[in-house]
Amino acid sequence: MDSFLSWIHDNQQIIYIVILMVFVGIEVIGRVPSVLHTPLMSGANAIHGVVIIGAIIVMGKAESDNYLALILGFLAVVLGTLNVVGGFVVTDRMLEMFKKKKK
Amino acid sequence: MELNILTLCYLIGSVTFIVGLKMLSNPATARKGNLIAAGGMVIAILGTIFLYEEDGQKLGNYGWIFGGIAIGTLIGFLAAKKVKMTAMPEMVSLFNGMGGACAALISIVEYDHMMAHPPFAEGFSFFPPMDTFFQDPAIPYGKVIIILLGLIIGSVSFAGSIIAWGKLNGKVKDFSFKGQHIFNIVMMLAILGLATYLTINIQGSSHVLFYIIFALSLLYGVFFVFPIGGADMPVVISLLNSFTGVAAACGGFLYDNKVMLTGGILVGAAGTLLTILMCKAMNRSLLNVLIGSFGAGAAKAAGGDGKQQGSYKEISLSDTAVVMSYASKVMIVPGYGLAVAQAQHACHELEKLLEAKGVDVKYAIHPVAGRMPGHMNVLLAEADVPYEKLLEMEQANEEFATTDVVLVLGANDVVNPAAKTDPSSPIYGMPILDVELAKNCIVNKRSMKPGYAGIENDLFFQPKTSMLFGDAKKVLQDLIAEIKNL
Repeated sequence: MDSFLSWIHDNQQIIYIVILMVFVGIEVIGRVPSVLHTPLMSGANAIHGVVIIGAIIVMGKAESDNYLALILGFLAVVLGTLNVVGGFVVTDRMLEMFKKKKK
Repeated sequence: MELNILTLCYLIGSVTFIVGLKMLSNPATARKGNLIAAGGMVIAILGTIFLYEEDGQKLGNYGWIFGGIAIGTLIGFLAAKKVKMTAMPEMVSLFNGMGGACAALISIVEYDHMMAHPPFAEGFSFFPPMDTFFQDPAIPYGKVIIILLGLIIGSVSFAGSIIAWGKLNGKVKDFSFKGQHIFNIVMMLAILGLATYLTINIQGSSHVLFYIIFALSLLYGVFFVFPIGGADMPVVISLLNSFTGVAAACGGFLYDNKVMLTGGILVGAAGTLLTILMCKAMNRSLLNVLIGSFGAGAAKAAGGDGKQQGSYKEISLSDTAVVMSYASKVMIVPGYGLAVAQAQHACHELEKLLEAKGVDVKYAIHPVAGRMPGHMNVLLAEADVPYEKLLEMEQANEEFATTDVVLVLGANDVVNPAAKTDPSSPIYGMPILDVELAKNCIVNKRSMKPGYAGIENDLFFQPKTSMLFGDAKKVLQDLIAEIKNL
């Protein structure tokens, strides 16, 4: 019990962030009109591409003789970038069409 | 100093994600929101590359990093630019899978790294001091748990997304076998059991068990999506999207990285809510979607009954042209058939032509028409159909009674009255567009084959309904020509 409480104490920042972000995530898209469901899903898809930061860290600290880390890290960077770039560009393409008809 | 700037970069990144997502949920600001989130992402990525430090050491291997980013950017940009509007859902699923794979790869490398430099070499309580999040000796297992979570969720998301992608573009067929649900549950339990075992016995564990978990997770992703019917694919993609969010958040835990944590959890929460909203639109629970094997069960039911529904009547193009031009109010109900035939421009042309003749034309958009919520809106927006002409289901249902002609373009399950009248139907309880209230209903389909959910549609056999067979685009173009000739 003690160790659990001290774990909560030591990681309170992270725990706060997780809890608050869950509510922010729900609140922020709560009133989305169904028109925007697809672009929103696509946009959210691009945002979780933030996982690429992890890939960059893995890649950046890999020792130059550790081929497993180098190859997998490189692959992770490529895939993560695909997620980010592809995600944002597809979303922009969808939304571009919404803007045009606003004129 | 530099680390402080990095913190600022991450703070900016986190805020732009929240603001971006918020703006994405409003049509007027959506595009800007997307760009803001993208901008924040660039800042966070550049900050990481140039400012990140661990144990006082900067990141190396810049050649590899920039090479990877260049390749990813090129492929991602071209794929996203070239993809057809109809294939958008597949594309989103594919990109989502890439994110999941990225998370899983990070876990593999980090596991390998951890085993090569065991943090527990000098007893359980020791953790490298720079490993800020897990330095507490009370939880030596924390890092292992996070790595395994990232691996499992990332792999399931990757494999599932690839299957969903294959299903949407027709490369993968629905597949299920007897007892598959039990098989899936057993597999899930096996994964969790092995992961728990590995966590507890992390000392002296080999890589074998870790890779078994990896393989099982991939397999689980495949079998998780396999039996789910095509009509439920949007729900599944949205769910996998939130999975990847959680996998990204695991990376945030691992590196004590706030921007990954915020972005990941944000998407995880928003994606889950979006998934539930989609299920609600179909009046089904998430559990029902996941274990229901919608498509397979429905096909069996239809095959088992095999009852003849009666006869339908066909209508010719010229008759359709006359009926529509002399109507005072026409409602168009688009569905997946419109997307497949790329008929959105022809559809808009027909609408303009009819409007010029004084006909009031509107579109009735069912929330789950097409393969993704909002699919039809995106498609019609591409063809410049004005925003005000698109009615949501509730508005449309109020107007059907005063509508002269309903033109159903490649939609099927969303106008199936069985959802209201037949409790044994798999779509029973799903809100539908009440097109049968209108005076006339013209249904354009390629053939009498049942729709994606595999259910017969009584609507086609009702006296008010006439069938207009053919590819949506060709039919619309011919119809336009006929109307012009009147």
